[in-house]
Amino acid sequence: MEAFLAQNVDGYYLRIMIFIGINIILALGLNLITGVTGQLSMGHAGFMSLGAYTSAILSVHFGTPFFLAIIAGALLAALFGFLIGIPTLRLDGDYLAMVTIGFAEIIRVFFLNFEPGGKAVGFSGIPQETTFTTVWIIVIVVIILNTKLFNSRVGRSLFAIRENEIAAEACGINTTRMKVLAFTVGSLLGGLGGGLYAHYMYYINPQDFGFMKSIEILNMVVLGGMGSIPGTIIGVIILTLAPEVLRVVAEYRLLVYGALLVILMIFRPNGLLGDVRIYDLKKRWGKKEVKI
Amino acid sequence: MIILELEKISQEFGGLRAVDGVNLSIIEKEIFGIIGPNGAGKTTLFNIITGIYVPIEGKLLFKGKQLNGMAPHDIARLGIGRTFQNIRLFDKLSVLDNVRVGCHGVTHSGFWSGMLGLPGSRKEERLILDRSQELLEMVGLTDKRYEYADNLAYGEQRRLEIARALALEPSLLLLDEPGAGMNSAEKDELMGLIRQIRDDRHLTIILVEHDMNLVMNICERIAVLDYGRKIAEGTPNEVKNDEKVIQSYLGVSA
Amino acid sequence: MFWEQLINGLTLGSTYALIALGYTMVYGIVQLINFAHGEIYMFGAFVGLFLVMAGMNIFIALLGAMIFCMLLGMLVERVAYRPLRGKSSRLSALISAIGVSIFLSTLMALYRGTNTTRYPEVLGSTTYNLGSIQISSLQIIILVVSGLLMVGLQVMIQKTRLGKAMRACSQDLEASSLMGINVNRVISATFAIGSALAAAGGLMVGIYYNAVWPYMGTMAGMKAFAAAVLGGIGSVPGAMIGGLCLGVMEIMGVAYLSSSYKDAIAFAILILVLFIRPQGLMGQKTSKKV
Repeated sequence: MEAFLAQNVDGYYLRIMIFIGINIILALGLNLITGVTGQLSMGHAGFMSLGAYTSAILSVHFGTPFFLAIIAGALLAALFGFLIGIPTLRLDGDYLAMVTIGFAEIIRVFFLNFEPGGKAVGFSGIPQETTFTTVWIIVIVVIILNTKLFNSRVGRSLFAIRENEIAAEACGINTTRMKVLAFTVGSLLGGLGGGLYAHYMYYINPQDFGFMKSIEILNMVVLGGMGSIPGTIIGVIILTLAPEVLRVVAEYRLLVYGALLVILMIFRPNGLLGDVRIYDLKKRWGKKEVKI
Repeated sequence: MIILELEKISQEFGGLRAVDGVNLSIIEKEIFGIIGPNGAGKTTLFNIITGIYVPIEGKLLFKGKQLNGMAPHDIARLGIGRTFQNIRLFDKLSVLDNVRVGCHGVTHSGFWSGMLGLPGSRKEERLILDRSQELLEMVGLTDKRYEYADNLAYGEQRRLEIARALALEPSLLLLDEPGAGMNSAEKDELMGLIRQIRDDRHLTIILVEHDMNLVMNICERIAVLDYGRKIAEGTPNEVKNDEKVIQSYLGVSA
Repeated sequence: MFWEQLINGLTLGSTYALIALGYTMVYGIVQLINFAHGEIYMFGAFVGLFLVMAGMNIFIALLGAMIFCMLLGMLVERVAYRPLRGKSSRLSALISAIGVSIFLSTLMALYRGTNTTRYPEVLGSTTYNLGSIQISSLQIIILVVSGLLMVGLQVMIQKTRLGKAMRACSQDLEASSLMGINVNRVISATFAIGSALAAAGGLMVGIYYNAVWPYMGTMAGMKAFAAAVLGGIGSVPGAMIGGLCLGVMEIMGVAYLSSSYKDAIAFAILILVLFIRPQGLMGQKTSKKV
């Protein structure tokens, strides 16, 4: 497959497609935490970083096979998500935002000082094992699992928590436990994306995983529509392509970006697809049933 | 048989005694009303029973089991359902999903079985769907099942909340101002609904209300709260004619 | 040596305090973490720089920077936050704030480039000796100016009508508006005051460290935010104490532990506070009304 692609598709487009795939994995992770369960996490890049560095170090220093390294990275990210989630998710929503910012910053500073990770110079020599196929197979699996989760009892309870936490408790939902679950799974996906990223980029640097990265991923979720899988995918596509498309006005890109966020929030806070749900489609199909 | 017992329950907010030494014994299968002026502590009492607030004093017993300090979701799973004074629906979920979420407390499929679509979870989903549709039918919202909950009319939203609370298969149902904002026709329907669900499902119902007509007609016993204290208790007639109640709340009819 | 570090810490801390006050006052009233606040601080430093380079006296420049940022802060509130108040979720307001932050920092970066600019020599720095402790005149000025501003703020909050209105709004916004308080004006004023204080902080940091650059607001903003949380978000005295404590802890941490983890100190404190005592040093545990 890879050979086929290498011959028939321009390397540039391939690269973009791989980035889109990785970003979808990252964004779906954040979507689960923030879009579905309504818990604002602003340090997703921190989990990405953990996944990236862990898998990279395992690959390079320990010769760990690619898939094992990636999984290890993802699991470590999930572990940290769990550890942070437990004390924080008992508290009011804003606190999670604060803690995640702090957490991501600490991770960044840690890796700036972490010898085996190359410190500020970065870490290079990571085997380039991430392929188009690998990424997209994982993407498809993640999408399928997410979709099934959303339509299940647990998935519904997460949406319920977002909508009205107190009512959710009254329905028998252990909100803290569910929030920690969502946060752990979301962080796992963050770590997974990080591992794939590291093994594609060959070189990583703590600056890659700073606050701006967290914001970028958050924007993909917000733009597309919180809680919506197709929405998140669209958000990813638009925001991954935009810098490429706007390369001409690269300098002004961030300016437009910032303004766009404000405008988006004022006029369409639920994102492009946030307010469109399966129900609307069902209703339309429903109407097609002829009344005799 | 006494299903819910409140013994000297008290709650304080920053120095203010919102509930002060309240004693209540609710009998199984009765429809019990709690009335009183605004701020008397009625909703606070509900919040204490459902575990949102932990009382600073007193004992709370449900079917003999002590509830003090239990988390709200555990209390809900024991079989206490409720509606809220300020309607707390899941706005951006469909009407059907609102009720399906209500089933959470009595179902068990976990994260893995739901995500992987294991047979146990699929069977449970069918059950949840059937129950929910049945409940929607009972409150007359079947036609609107795919609407967003916040698209419903006010009275419909209140009925949805009741359906959701019933999904929990409670033995005790707390209704907080279920008739608020309804016109008299709707209130008559509501009274019929309340009686029906009590009779059909062997429920005990505690009801907070301001509409005296509703309360007097449907409640078998009533307690009156004022400034956090219970000032009277008895049958509707007894309470209607109680001196203290007339003074503080009902007023004198000339 | 210890005393010098303490003074260094308090000097740095008072600048954190000035920024933290803006965060805490805004959060107290509208429950918004104003991510763009750090950029206001940065603008304060730059506007001060421009005014000084144009030949003005440093204290006039301070005033000018404060007034400029006051207006900037009010503008931001009007354009990016007010339309979202009430109708949208907290998340949208936060994202809007992030958008403003990105916009403002990029704006300055485009105008000045991303490199560091130095402040021209405005206040000669003489070192004084109090016994065996050395303190520079610059530090004295910063401590005094910050102190005056903070005292002024406290006085304003406790003694003026506006202050009373602000306190009322932070307790219950809806009730305040029902009591006839013009909530929009109070909120604007809060942003204005917070921004003015941040501007002062920015200018003083610029002079003290002799460096300004467009992204200085991001890190300082986050740390000041940590300081506000440490002191108890929503509490004005809390922000002051939190800022001073954070400054001291950061300087001490660098002096006695390690300098490479300097930036992590603030965030480690943030996380610790949130785990151990989320309401901060001065905050009170609030119970939600259901």
